[in-house]
Amino acid sequence: MTASGVSVRFDDVFKAFDDTVVLAGVSLTVDPGEIFALLGPSGSGKTTMLRLLAGFEQLDRGRLLIADEAVEHLPPARRGVGMLFQSYALFPHLSVAENVAFGLKVRGGGQGETEARVAEMLELVRLSGFEQRRIAELSGGQQQRVALARALAPRPRVLLLDEPLSNLDPALREETRADLRRTVKQTGITTVLVTHEQEEAFELGERIGLLNEGGLEQVGGPAALYRDPASRFVATFVGRCSVLPGVVLERHDDSELTVRLESQPEAEPWRCRGSGELGVGDRVDVCARPEALELATDGGSGLVGRIEAERFTGSNSFYTVRLATRSDEAESRSPAGLAVEVAMPGTAAGRSGTCAVRQLAGEPPPSAFAAAGTESEP
Amino acid sequence: MSAAGAGRKAPQLRSLMPWLVLAFLVWLVGYPLLVVAAEAFGIGSPGGGGPTTEAFRSFFTRADEWNAMWRTLWISVLSTLAAAAIGVPLGFLFERNEIPGRRLLGALVALPVALPPLVGVIAFLFLYGESGLAARGLQSLGLDVSWRLTGAWAILLVHAYSMYVYFYLFTRAGLSGQDGAAIEAAQSLGASRSQILFRVTLPRLRPALAGATLLTFMTSLGSFSAPYIFGGGFRVMTTQIVASKLNGELRMAYVETTMLALLAFASLLLLRKIDPGLDLASGARGTPPARRRLRSQGARIASAAGGWVLAGVLLLPHATLILMSLVPPNTWTVEAFPPVLGLVNYGDLLSSTERLRPALNSIWMAAAATLAAVVVGVMAARLSLRRGGLPGRALEAMMTLPWAIPGTVFALALAAAMSVNAPWVGRFVLVGTLWILPLAYLVRSLPLTGRSIFAGLRQLDPRLEEAAASLGAGSLRTVLQIVLPLLRPAVIAGAGLAFITMLGDFVTSIVLYTYDTRPISIEIQSSLRIQETGIAAAYGVLLMVLSAVAFIAWDDRAGGRL
Repeated sequence: MTASGVSVRFDDVFKAFDDTVVLAGVSLTVDPGEIFALLGPSGSGKTTMLRLLAGFEQLDRGRLLIADEAVEHLPPARRGVGMLFQSYALFPHLSVAENVAFGLKVRGGGQGETEARVAEMLELVRLSGFEQRRIAELSGGQQQRVALARALAPRPRVLLLDEPLSNLDPALREETRADLRRTVKQTGITTVLVTHEQEEAFELGERIGLLNEGGLEQVGGPAALYRDPASRFVATFVGRCSVLPGVVLERHDDSELTVRLESQPEAEPWRCRGSGELGVGDRVDVCARPEALELATDGGSGLVGRIEAERFTGSNSFYTVRLATRSDEAESRSPAGLAVEVAMPGTAAGRSGTCAVRQLAGEPPPSAFAAAGTESEP
Repeated sequence: MSAAGAGRKAPQLRSLMPWLVLAFLVWLVGYPLLVVAAEAFGIGSPGGGGPTTEAFRSFFTRADEWNAMWRTLWISVLSTLAAAAIGVPLGFLFERNEIPGRRLLGALVALPVALPPLVGVIAFLFLYGESGLAARGLQSLGLDVSWRLTGAWAILLVHAYSMYVYFYLFTRAGLSGQDGAAIEAAQSLGASRSQILFRVTLPRLRPALAGATLLTFMTSLGSFSAPYIFGGGFRVMTTQIVASKLNGELRMAYVETTMLALLAFASLLLLRKIDPGLDLASGARGTPPARRRLRSQGARIASAAGGWVLAGVLLLPHATLILMSLVPPNTWTVEAFPPVLGLVNYGDLLSSTERLRPALNSIWMAAAATLAAVVVGVMAARLSLRRGGLPGRALEAMMTLPWAIPGTVFALALAAAMSVNAPWVGRFVLVGTLWILPLAYLVRSLPLTGRSIFAGLRQLDPRLEEAAASLGAGSLRTVLQIVLPLLRPAVIAGAGLAFITMLGDFVTSIVLYTYDTRPISIEIQSSLRIQETGIAAAYGVLLMVLSAVAFIAWDDRAGGRL
């Protein structure tokens, strides 16, 4: 039953509600059969992209293509798009089977054909035997699966998932996530997913588009977004990171820099990634992942600070280290002093007092971006 | 692509629809009011000369006119106070205390809300009137009492007796929505019971009380049956209008109508101010506090007995009505209690088609008006909520407007607007035809169906329609298969209320009925006039039973929403 997927393309799409610009010229191509996750904070425009694609909103400018065919003027019913709504939007007065059959009957499918397809879909979502149940009798997870079966039943060309897991208990989410991914992959349909949760996007999405204020900040696989963020926004939105002010000391090649950290200029400079536009002497913000740093007791060349808090998660201990500020410049940029988060593997709990923070060799180096205020704000 | 052409045409019609529905509603609801105001100034009336303020001048100079206005106002204020004085304590009693038979009693006490005002009024007449059951009973005990149930106090009594239900129901609803944790919090902070009542419970009851005040005051302002039957020479605006019309003083009737409409508008605007708007009781929803259980056996029995006596007193008029309907003509003369009882009146009523005609008239006209009001209501609500903006708000305003305007005003407005043949300005001769009463009933039904349909549609997840669209359903299929089935409880609730109200309508009917379309209420009135009390009572019981059946069916289907 694998359908050959089709491509989906947003071409310079612009959308405003009244005077608020929601999408400011977004271009994006989703490959055939791909699961693509649109990730971003609320108000970033991700849901609008989904609703434009479904045909519930009309774009102001640009083009929308499904399988290289312009669809922006087609009504929702003619786009061949199936949607799983955040609230599921199941029809409460119809049974499970009637819900799944709705899109088939609309197309005038025969009785036997419809029944066979409903049975097939319910089997796909492991709800065989639930045909005659009322919607209100189902658990949240079952409702979500009925909604998925209903969306897939008429064989849409594209599947849209709007925050598909946000209505579930946190305990149920992880299990349902894997389930959802397996089901969607099994059908081979091109899928666009909207979420504000990084974990959800990372597990479901093969590629991720990170949206902020109506524009795409970065498009790429989960690893690329995490290890090689394209902007300070990406670095801080995806995963945890500490932001430290610094100045570029040296350029090694296109992507490698040495940065002196302003809070403690005498400490050993850090090896960072940074775009080719950054030059020696530029002020930068260094975004360091907790696992790329380590705590050292010997002091020496590291950043000196005091352990302020410890958070034990089972596989790691996260330490919040308040750095001693030694320059007026750094003082003025962050008067309360700087805190750095460091992850130490294992159960080595109970550290306290003064310590030093160092870069951990072997991990991807932190990323440096032009310091906030020195680049033109969007 | 062929779909592109069709797709371009459809949006045009769709964007025109709100304006078409709005135009119909304006013609039906707003326009007659403008016509009546214009005719009060002598504008547009056939052969009426030029514009003049003469009628208004005499309105402001004639004492009886002014008095009617002033009386309407103070009767409404006192009625509201009296209804609150009965309804609010009753609401507390039944919502906050566990007394034996609480559920049944609580429902019985609310029953008068389902009964047409005219039925309540004649029931009252039969019980407390000068030759009513109560007076005869006392006289038979050798007490030399006689009273005349007439004038302002009689009207007030009837109003308090029938309108306490609004305060009762609103108080109960308000109390049941309150969070018991707030009371426990106040207790733990050391508040006494009276402090809790005045600082916690009552302030949060304010939205409910404001709603009941608005409803009671506006109902009282437009009340017609009670002043018509009991007023005697004491005229309020509604009876004054009808009297002027019957006397042939048409222009004066139009002036009075305009003044009453203005009074209603002003009252509505003023009363809206006391409504805090935001529902203070909402926010954190919790469980209402547990009902207080009376400790001693004696207190429980006493409270139950008191409750039953109270319910008995409140329902006694209706029992009297049933009794009167069983009294054959000319059998009850001087006895304290009717000596003969039988079903003669009912036999009389059911055996002749001429006698049965009013019942059938009431049923078909109420049903037709209700059906039309549902169709218009669903269309207007969908268009209004989807389209929004100015036409959206105007649609909702037109649907709600008849609620704020007394029935007498609308009856007169329609009578004025639809008695002239001038199709080019939207006026047709409908007065005196079969159509005028159903049309008038439709106007009065619109706010009743509209309110619940708008509310129902607002609660409907708009994603449901989008889901249907994305699954390939067109808009007609979406309405028929998704929207209407889901809206059913709201439609039934609104339609039930509209049907019951129109079934017993007296105030619009008395202005607009023809002999062929005379409804039950008119037949009751004419039977009373020729002293056929038994027949009048039988019609009253018939109306009561029909309303009760409709009410029970409605309450059942609507899931006990009230």
